[in-house]
Amino acid sequence: MTKFTAKAGWWLGAAALAGIVPVQQAAAQDAATVKLGVVTFLSGAAAGPFGIPSRNAAELVVEAINAGTLPAPYNSKGFAGAKLEPIIIDENGSTTEVVQNYRDLVQRRGATAVVGYVSSGSCLGVAPVAEELKTLTVFFDCGTPRIFEDEDHHYVFRASATSTIDSTSAARYMVSRYKDMKAFTGINQNYAWGQDSWSDFEGAIKDLKPGLKEEDPLFPKLFAGQYSAEITTLLAKDADVVHSSFWGGDLESFVLQADPRGLFQKERFYISTAETAMFRLGPKLADGIIMGARGPWGVYSHDTELNRWFRHAYTDRFGTPPVYPSYQMALSLLGTKLAYDKAAAANPKPGVEDVVRAFTGLEFEVFGTKIAMAQGKGHQGIHEIAQGTYKYDKATTTPTITDIVYYPAECVSPPEGTKSTDWIKDGMKGAKNCP
Amino acid sequence: MGALARGPWLLPLVFGALALLSLVLTPFLVYLLTVILARGLVVLGLLILWRTGLMSFGQALYFGVGAYAVGLAEKYWGLRDAFALLALALAASAAMALVLGWLLRQYRDIYFAMLSLAFSMILYGTLVKSRVLGSTDGFTVPAPHFLGWAPGPALAMHALLLLTVAAASLGSFLAARYLASPMGHLTTAIRDNEIRVEYLGYPVRRAIHVKYVFAAMLAGAGGALVALAVGHIDPDMTYWTTSGEFVFITILAGPGSVLAPFLGAAIFEAVRTYATAYAPYSWQMVLGICLLLLILFLPRGVWSLFGARRRAAP
Amino acid sequence: MLTAAAILVDGLDYAAWLFIVAVGLTLIYGVMKVVNVAHGGLYSMGAYAAAWAVGLYFDRGLAPAGSFLVLALASVAVGGVVGLALERGLLRLFYGRDDILIVLVTYAAFLILENLVLQIWGVEAYPAYQPATLLGTMTIAGLPFSTYELALVPLAAAIGAALIWILARTRIGKLVRAVIHDREMASSFGIDVGRVYTVTFVVGAVLGAFGGAVTAPIISVAPGIGVEVIVLAFAVVVIGGLGSVAGTIVGALLVGLARAAAVHLLPQVELFAIYAVMSLVLVLRPQGLFAPARQRRI
Repeated sequence: MTKFTAKAGWWLGAAALAGIVPVQQAAAQDAATVKLGVVTFLSGAAAGPFGIPSRNAAELVVEAINAGTLPAPYNSKGFAGAKLEPIIIDENGSTTEVVQNYRDLVQRRGATAVVGYVSSGSCLGVAPVAEELKTLTVFFDCGTPRIFEDEDHHYVFRASATSTIDSTSAARYMVSRYKDMKAFTGINQNYAWGQDSWSDFEGAIKDLKPGLKEEDPLFPKLFAGQYSAEITTLLAKDADVVHSSFWGGDLESFVLQADPRGLFQKERFYISTAETAMFRLGPKLADGIIMGARGPWGVYSHDTELNRWFRHAYTDRFGTPPVYPSYQMALSLLGTKLAYDKAAAANPKPGVEDVVRAFTGLEFEVFGTKIAMAQGKGHQGIHEIAQGTYKYDKATTTPTITDIVYYPAECVSPPEGTKSTDWIKDGMKGAKNCP
Repeated sequence: MGALARGPWLLPLVFGALALLSLVLTPFLVYLLTVILARGLVVLGLLILWRTGLMSFGQALYFGVGAYAVGLAEKYWGLRDAFALLALALAASAAMALVLGWLLRQYRDIYFAMLSLAFSMILYGTLVKSRVLGSTDGFTVPAPHFLGWAPGPALAMHALLLLTVAAASLGSFLAARYLASPMGHLTTAIRDNEIRVEYLGYPVRRAIHVKYVFAAMLAGAGGALVALAVGHIDPDMTYWTTSGEFVFITILAGPGSVLAPFLGAAIFEAVRTYATAYAPYSWQMVLGICLLLLILFLPRGVWSLFGARRRAAP
Repeated sequence: MLTAAAILVDGLDYAAWLFIVAVGLTLIYGVMKVVNVAHGGLYSMGAYAAAWAVGLYFDRGLAPAGSFLVLALASVAVGGVVGLALERGLLRLFYGRDDILIVLVTYAAFLILENLVLQIWGVEAYPAYQPATLLGTMTIAGLPFSTYELALVPLAAAIGAALIWILARTRIGKLVRAVIHDREMASSFGIDVGRVYTVTFVVGAVLGAFGGAVTAPIISVAPGIGVEVIVLAFAVVVIGGLGSVAGTIVGALLVGLARAAAVHLLPQVELFAIYAVMSLVLVLRPQGLFAPARQRRI
């Protein structure tokens, strides 16, 4: 090793660290643009069902916001007139990496607002950092109620409802449709999302029908991919109704393995994220499956000018209709826009505190549904949810959903200040206007 | 280790410079440097094991134990002091390593690697099943206090960085002294020919056990510091891919010096940060290619760039 | 009684699948002492190539029975090409260096392969269910089972028997076994060790890709399937003893039955089942169950 290589070594090391120093000075915020961080799964198992559909929606909606071509009340250009400059990054990686990338986004690349995050783990990790960095952060998809139930947050918002409403509405739908059901069980992936979804559903359905028998629920490993043993077990059991929060490749594998063995004919399934797979699986998805979409999104969405534009533009550009993660991203962006615009009414160049104040407690309508930031001290949105049954229309070869029931927010969400797990344990008191 | 042979000035110089530097760094760099140094600590432990001819694919076990010790202590005992938390993490990792090491010290090569991996995955499974601990979502760890002083978040990051610099310098100093000692010289001897070492009268298994516990404590300290820096812990910290990353950095850094792990961690983080930011759709490939090139051209690790002369010492 | 039968069938099913996926790994390690992390990437590529080929095949409306051949051919092609490229282009540069360096190289190769898959085939999942649905279901002990999955059992047995026979009876098999026992000796006897390495690696890669192809009809081929498989495959070969095909059979059976029993009887421990089995085996027999004898060098 020569002296030259040694010197080269020092320079390499210095460059490695120095290269991460921000080139431009600290956030010389150009008042005419808003650097918007968009974080979702661009790789990994969650990219297909959630990441790319939401990324696509972000691209579409940001363009339309900048052009000012959306229907009222979203028809002004930009966020409070400032053009959006999106920075899209990948959410894939450990929570440590996600948090690091968030810091990189805000501290080094100068993002003033961030919309993103599918994984509940990411949301839980990012929330305290958002508070530390005093940056407006809007979670668009992650479902855990813990974000605002465990702690208060000032700079963090979530317009999409939590996963609690999936389970409570599903339980109501099952009970009202299958009045003679005697036993239920579940098959969920063995991690937080699967465990929490099951626990909510189990509690809710027991509240509604106390005498119901529960068969041992199954919790296969996340990304197991191979479910023949589980399917055998389910076939051998006596359950009439089965809950599942499977998603992505696991969901599709499970359906492809279970359908030929007649599982869906023997037992009634509710799958909380099934809507993401309906266009992909088409005829391979069995009729009779109850399709969750985490809200009145996708084919459950109401017919409005905004919805017509969204579905048309999305299908045109990306070749497939938008699914619920696309809707969640769109509504999060639109809600943020409204907050900015509202703040601009008082102060033409709104700072983060102005926007936070405007966003807190905001009520707005999007895709024909009202969203009220009514939980988490005005930071967590609640809205209605729809459940329906899958039916593949052979004549037109179109996947459709029938027997749709809409459950208003006040029926399926816990009251402000009550933890969702406690609310379900106490029998979902105070639920009203339930169909 | 070779650094100390030249004179005991290099270690204090490097870490002293880092400490001074930390006062002027931007917040993002403060955070990043903390994480780099903490991960470097874990890799330091792996370096010692590597010189002994053992590669542990389960250091994530102690990394996670350290992190969860911190998290649980803060959550259930309200313990906020960074020093106490660090001590707790060290104690927990040491205790676990004492027990597990008693079994592991009898294995070599791939079997050592796989058994250590198995233990870390068993912990992973346990944590995922535990809904009380938040399963895969984990839970948040609030900012630490420092001997009674409770700084705001920004200052806490600076203080944490200084603590990490101190931990890293202490760790590498101890490692260097150990490796220079007779028991330390056993590392490469055991790697080369274990049976002869036994014949010479040295207790091979006990030596391995000691090194294993030392490495575990370093990993536990690293885990505790990362937990405090990131503010969040989850079972992913014990997953095999985390162990794999540490192994990667170990080899990337090379066995040349106790400072090599920190440089290796820095380069790995730098490549990763750049790849994720500027190649969001292909960062894994960029990472893989970069690392391949580094291995190809620097087979003795990145540290070999600094070697001025060939030394007789291993 | 019903449960016992169910556990047996499910266990055998899963064991057969594990064996097909893992056997390539044991071959490569046994001969080359290389821990091939890229095995997961080959599995992934095999699955994607097969799914894509099957999709094309059925689009053309050709005879359904031929789809099995398509599966096999796609995986052999992909495994052969990628395996050859990896061994000749990459691994060859690192022989003779520290063993652990090769692990790193295969890990980097794995990262690249995973991303390559993403670049070529995108993030959407590829369904290739037609070959599986073709075979329908069979009823055993009153429960319907997928015939395709049951067919994996004789397939795995055939592959295992073929490999054991090749290693024991053919000339190339004896050369390979010579290299497994002592590389230097074999080389000094005039055996072209480099060629043995290449052949072994390519065969192992093809088997890995074949494992992926065979799995494609029953899963949704999506990004990330390779990651899970690596650890699973490693656990199986370590239990069986690295380098022993018979060991992999036994290891696969152990893990398959343990997992099936866990799912049916005690679902809570299903996550640990494989690691618990591996730890137990390693504690009782540190070299794995059927490891080939290794001489101690003094």
